[in-house]
Amino acid sequence: MKRRTLMATAAALAFGLAGVTAASAQETIKLGAAAPLSGPLAGGAAVTHWPAVKLWVHQVNERGGLKLAGGQATIELVEYDDQTNPQQAIQAAQRMATQDNVDFMVSPYSTGLNLAAAPIFAQLGYPQITGTAVTNQQPELAAQFPSMFFVLGRTGVMAEDTAKVLVDLRDKGEIGNRVALVNVADAFGIEMVGISRGVLEAAGFEIVYETSYPLGTQDLAPVIDGAKASNPDAFIAWSYPGDTFALTDQAIVQKFEPKVFFTAVATAFPGYGARFGANAEGVMGMGGVNPDDPAFKAFAEAHVALNGQGPDYWASAATYATLEILGQAIEATGTKDRAVVMEYLKDRSNSYETILGPVQFNENNDNERYWTVGQWQNGVFKGVAARGRDGAAPIQLKQGWQ
Amino acid sequence: MFVLITGLLLGGTYALIAMGLNLQYGVARIMNLANGEMLVAGGFAAFWVFTAGQVSPVAALMVVAPVAFAVNWLIYRFMLRPLVTRAKTRGALEVDSILATFGLSFAMVGVMTWAFGGGYFNYAYLSERVDIFGSSYGQNRVVAFALATLIAVALWLWLNHTRAGLRLRAVSVNPDAARLVGIDVPAVSALAFGLGGAVTATGGALISMFFTLDASVGVLFTMKALIIVIMGGVGDIRGTVVAALILGIAETFVARVIDPGLTLAAAYVLFLGVLLFRPQGLFGKKPT
Amino acid sequence: MTAQEVRALILGAIALGIVALLPLYDTGYLLSIGTTMAMFAVLATSWALFSGPTHYISLATAAFFGLGTLVTGLGFQTLPFWLLPIIAAVAGAVLAALVGLVTLRLSGVYFVIFTLGLAEFVRQIVTWVQNRTGQRGMYVLTSITEREIYWQLIGMLALVFVTGWLIARSRLGFALRIIGNDETVAKHSGINTALAKVLLFMVSGSVAAVVGAMLAPRYVYIEPSTSFAAILSFQVVIMALLGGTGRLWGPLAGVIPFTLLWEFISRQAPNQTLLLLGLTFLLIVYVLPGGFVGLHARLRRRFGAGGH
Repeated sequence: MKRRTLMATAAALAFGLAGVTAASAQETIKLGAAAPLSGPLAGGAAVTHWPAVKLWVHQVNERGGLKLAGGQATIELVEYDDQTNPQQAIQAAQRMATQDNVDFMVSPYSTGLNLAAAPIFAQLGYPQITGTAVTNQQPELAAQFPSMFFVLGRTGVMAEDTAKVLVDLRDKGEIGNRVALVNVADAFGIEMVGISRGVLEAAGFEIVYETSYPLGTQDLAPVIDGAKASNPDAFIAWSYPGDTFALTDQAIVQKFEPKVFFTAVATAFPGYGARFGANAEGVMGMGGVNPDDPAFKAFAEAHVALNGQGPDYWASAATYATLEILGQAIEATGTKDRAVVMEYLKDRSNSYETILGPVQFNENNDNERYWTVGQWQNGVFKGVAARGRDGAAPIQLKQGWQ
Repeated sequence: MFVLITGLLLGGTYALIAMGLNLQYGVARIMNLANGEMLVAGGFAAFWVFTAGQVSPVAALMVVAPVAFAVNWLIYRFMLRPLVTRAKTRGALEVDSILATFGLSFAMVGVMTWAFGGGYFNYAYLSERVDIFGSSYGQNRVVAFALATLIAVALWLWLNHTRAGLRLRAVSVNPDAARLVGIDVPAVSALAFGLGGAVTATGGALISMFFTLDASVGVLFTMKALIIVIMGGVGDIRGTVVAALILGIAETFVARVIDPGLTLAAAYVLFLGVLLFRPQGLFGKKPT
Repeated sequence: MTAQEVRALILGAIALGIVALLPLYDTGYLLSIGTTMAMFAVLATSWALFSGPTHYISLATAAFFGLGTLVTGLGFQTLPFWLLPIIAAVAGAVLAALVGLVTLRLSGVYFVIFTLGLAEFVRQIVTWVQNRTGQRGMYVLTSITEREIYWQLIGMLALVFVTGWLIARSRLGFALRIIGNDETVAKHSGINTALAKVLLFMVSGSVAAVVGAMLAPRYVYIEPSTSFAAILSFQVVIMALLGGTGRLWGPLAGVIPFTLLWEFISRQAPNQTLLLLGLTFLLIVYVLPGGFVGLHARLRRRFGAGGH
């Protein structure tokens, strides 16, 4: 009796497996994704990276998959946690490529992890279209890693445009000449502050307060106190998520009310608007989107429906766009042959329709059209400055805190 | 004045982070590297009750503290006690407890990520300003400071003026001698460990009012707590509080007057200095 | 040299020689695990050189490793590449000497926490200087392949083994064993305990710095927050203790299973990696006290297996 049940189970299993193989006769595309699920960057990846990846895979499979020459192919996602550790990011990329034999890989999260994995992508011929690496070294990087494509934009341009926003406001006579400049002492903050200091000084601004604070600091009362004492017209902070919240919180507590209040990463998170409510109004930050664009609207709605949380108003859309680009390249070539897809991506005459608008890569595999500065207006983080994108909202001065 | 008050408020925060570890290390002899994760767990609990039911984090302590006590008591009883029994020397126990609690911290991060997701958590509670001597401070920080003071004083009184406290101190000074005078060392150690965990989780619940937390951030708090406990002297609540306040004021002073970029460096210099010139900590007794 | 030592030496050389052939067999997945393994093998073995006999648990590996990555990051464009590990070795030794001279009189847990703080302190200073000088994250774009890094590490491993073996035979090794057993006795028998400890700490510090210098090209992008990450120090300690520090080969016996296990867990449970790793640590602590060396010794005792 017992044995018979066992046999039956085994048979059922065998049939089940056969069923699976039969079903998978419909072609699938294996897509590998390794990004932080733990470690210091897990928080950011949980807002920006993973939900966007899952949404794209979900939507493609909903509509039956990507169109290949031989019919439609659904996406099978292979996920790994790189633990915010370059060592693990390298190993995960290797594993996906050579053990799981994935057809394509989602690029990792953050500049550092993207660059750690870049040699593997390049060596094995996987396109690496990144939506979360911001750097100013695109030419050098594209020369070293020809498989790397950049969607999010250049740090230099971001810093320049932030400065340009101030120049415009000053030339209109709305703000004065005094700027307080602070940054998180990390590769990102140091790079950004260096560029913006140069641009601001060249434009005749006076840096009345400048300082940095260590990574991970959330006790920023002294920084805000120092900035406030210098009585600036504009406050620019090249900050990371934890400190972005802490700086804003302290500014409210100490009634530090410059006419421009700018914090960098995480200002575009929906959690920022939720945390500060009406006080978020007028705060500026990195990135931005055109929230009235129907494509973005649809994306945001689907994002909430699938993930139970909204996208951030910057890199979420860029991450999603990297996959749209990959998908369109695959469909245009009708194959999952990476070499062919890579050729297509390298052909600079090709353009891709994404939720960011049309994207095209230049000779440095770089996208030249993107949002650079955004501002919270009526509960939405709108792009107010951009390169090559339409629909920038007019800039508002920051009114005092409530 | 601003520097002093901000420094004191920060010192209060640090005391909340470190007092629990002092009990755990001082009495139960467990160098608990999962301290930060327990803190974050307390913060998550406060966040959860606040967003789900608009329950104030301070009221939430009524639940957070007892639950944390029970959890930590169980951890000690079933996970760490065997290590204590097994260890032949104090050094062996230190190595084992460092490894075991490091593993525990990983496991806790894993559980929290699974339960709450990896994203950032914060909420606005008492984030209005309160003016003291002409400068503004966050109400939540002042409340946290007041409660830190309350906890420190209560602990000190309890340790120094009750029989149970006396037993704890006896174990802290010398477990072997304590056993000889009839103290149930394992029970007292479990009590101390549980109590330490409760204090840490309480600290986490209070800190979550003004800190942005995520599941992986605990290690930062563990580092701070270790430094403060070692600086203040193991097994002495006063030492921990004094070290926390000194560190808070010193960091604020450096941040405001010298350069915020050097705050952590300054903290480490201070810590390294204390270790070099007074290795037993500010209030520690010389090892015999 | 006794006949037994000669035999061990020859066996070790053959084993390393075989291991060094790996890149000829596979340059992909196996090599990337192999490189990670080789890196931890060097770090853990050199860590145990110091911590094994002295019983000092050092969490400073990340400080030295980070220092090494910085040396490469700053120098790879202007200096010949072979020079960088040498500079890193010197820098690591100098840092270790400084730290060692002032701290090795601390005992037990104080030393542990001090070394943990050291990595953070060095990182803070480095970022502050970078901030001051406006220098950003460093892009180490080189033509060095993983295969070359692997060979460098294997070479380094051989060097560490030889060093360990020489130390064990020397007066220094003898002195250290006495210190480990009882420092007071050591002092009374006229051993300069401080000097002995500092020398050994310098060896392990400079090796970690060299490893950092060698690995920088693999990371491509050097930022203090990752290259000084404290997790590395803990990994090294856990692997070394899992193996056991009583023997020169002990750490290796920890590194190999641990790296494989880490990879296995990362692969099988991408969403619970950390949880399972944590539980594994716990299991190791409870099931394998004294590491594999301890297990080996116990088995030997139980079965009376012989030779010596």
